[in-house]
Amino acid sequence: MKQEEKRILFEPVVDNNPITLQVLGICSALAVTAKLAPSLIMSLGLTVVLVCSSAAISLIRNHIPTNIRIIVQLTVIASLVIVVDEVLRAYAYEISKQLSVFVGLIITNCIVLGRTEAFALQNPVRPSALDALGHGMGYSAILILVATLRELLGSGTLLGHAVLPLTRDGGWYEPNGLMLLAPSAFFIIGMLIWAVRTWKPAQVEKPAYRIHVVHRTETL
Amino acid sequence: MEAHISLFVRSIFVENLALSFFLGMCTYLAISKRIETAIGLGVAVTVVQAITVPANNLIFQYLLKDGALAWAGLPDVDLSFLGLISYIGVIAAIVQILEMLLDRYFPPLYNALGIFLPLISVNCAILAGSLFMVERSYTFSESVVYGVGSGLGWALALVGLAGIREKLKYSDVPEGLQGLGITFIAGGLMSLTFMSFSGIQL
Repeated sequence: MKQEEKRILFEPVVDNNPITLQVLGICSALAVTAKLAPSLIMSLGLTVVLVCSSAAISLIRNHIPTNIRIIVQLTVIASLVIVVDEVLRAYAYEISKQLSVFVGLIITNCIVLGRTEAFALQNPVRPSALDALGHGMGYSAILILVATLRELLGSGTLLGHAVLPLTRDGGWYEPNGLMLLAPSAFFIIGMLIWAVRTWKPAQVEKPAYRIHVVHRTETL
Repeated sequence: MEAHISLFVRSIFVENLALSFFLGMCTYLAISKRIETAIGLGVAVTVVQAITVPANNLIFQYLLKDGALAWAGLPDVDLSFLGLISYIGVIAAIVQILEMLLDRYFPPLYNALGIFLPLISVNCAILAGSLFMVERSYTFSESVVYGVGSGLGWALALVGLAGIREKLKYSDVPEGLQGLGITFIAGGLMSLTFMSFSGIQL
C-alpha cells in the first residue's frame, strides 16, 4: 500500500478522529454505548454504510449536478441504511430492538454526509473507500472504548459475561449505576478528549478568553 | 386531554431529545456558543419539528403502514420498509418549502433564522422525532403534541447550554479540556439535572 493511502486510512483513527476532534457523529456515540454488544453492531453498521456510500457517491461524482447533490447523497445513504436495517431485523432482532431508532439515524449521522461531501465528491473510488474505512475505524474505536468502560463499570460484565463479580452475587464489585445512565457518556467522552489532547497537544483548542493573572509587581 | 398534557410535559423534560437521547448533538455542541444564535436555532427546530412529525404521521398512517393502502384497493401491501427514505425526503422537502415561504412572506424571520434552516434537514433530532413517533405508534393528535413538545425541549436544552458556555468564559479551564472537552462535561451535568425530572408522573 502506498504511503499516501496509508495516511488516508490511518489518520482519522487518532490524529483526526471524527468524534474527538471533528465533533461529528456524536449522537450515536453517546446513546448506544451503555452495553458493548449494540455498540459493536452499531460500529459495524455505520462502517458498512460509510464505505458503501462513499464508494457509490465517488463512482457517480461526475454525473451529480452540484445544486442537488445533498438530496442525491441523502437518497444513496438512506437506501443503504434501509438495507442495513432490514438485515439487522432479520439476523439480529434483539440488538436491532435495543438500537431502536439509532440505526435509522445513521442517515443523519454527520460523519457519513461529511465524508461523501468533503472527500468522495472530489476523489476516485479507491481513496474514497479507504478514507471512509478510516473514519469508520476512528468512530468504532471511540464507541468500543466508551462502551467497554460503561458496561464494565456499570454492570461488571463484558458482552453479557460477568467479568467483575458483583456484591449482589457474593463478589466484591459494587456496580456504579451512573455508568448506565445518559450523563456518564458525556463525562467519559469529555475525559477521553482530555486524554487524547494531553497525548497529542497539537489538538488543544486555543482558549477564546484568558483570565488575566495579576502579578504582585503590577499595579492595577 | 390529560394524556396529551402528560405527553407534552414528558417530551419536554423527561424524554428530552438532546439530554436523554443525545439527539442533534453535533449542532447542540457547535451552535451553543452564544445565547442569541441558540434561541434562533431553537425556534427553527421547534417549528420544523412541529410540522414534520405530524406530516410523517399522516404519511405513515395512510401510505406506509401494513395494510394502510386498503383505501386504494391494496390491503396486502406493506411499505413500511420505505419509511426511512420517505421521512428524510419529507423533512428535506418541508425545510426547503419553509425556507422559500419565509423568504417570500416573513423576511425578518427568514433573516433571523438564516443559515440555520438548511442545516436543520440533517439534524438528527428531527428525523428521530419522526422515528420515535412511528415506534411508539402515536395518533395524529399525539404526534402534533409530541412534535411541539420535543422541539421545545431540544430548544430549552440548547439555550441552557449556551447560557452556561457564556459564563464559562470566566473560568480557568485546564488546557486539554478547552473548548470541546469542557462542553461535554457541562452537557453531562445538564443531563444529570434533567434526570431529576424522570420520576415525574402526570
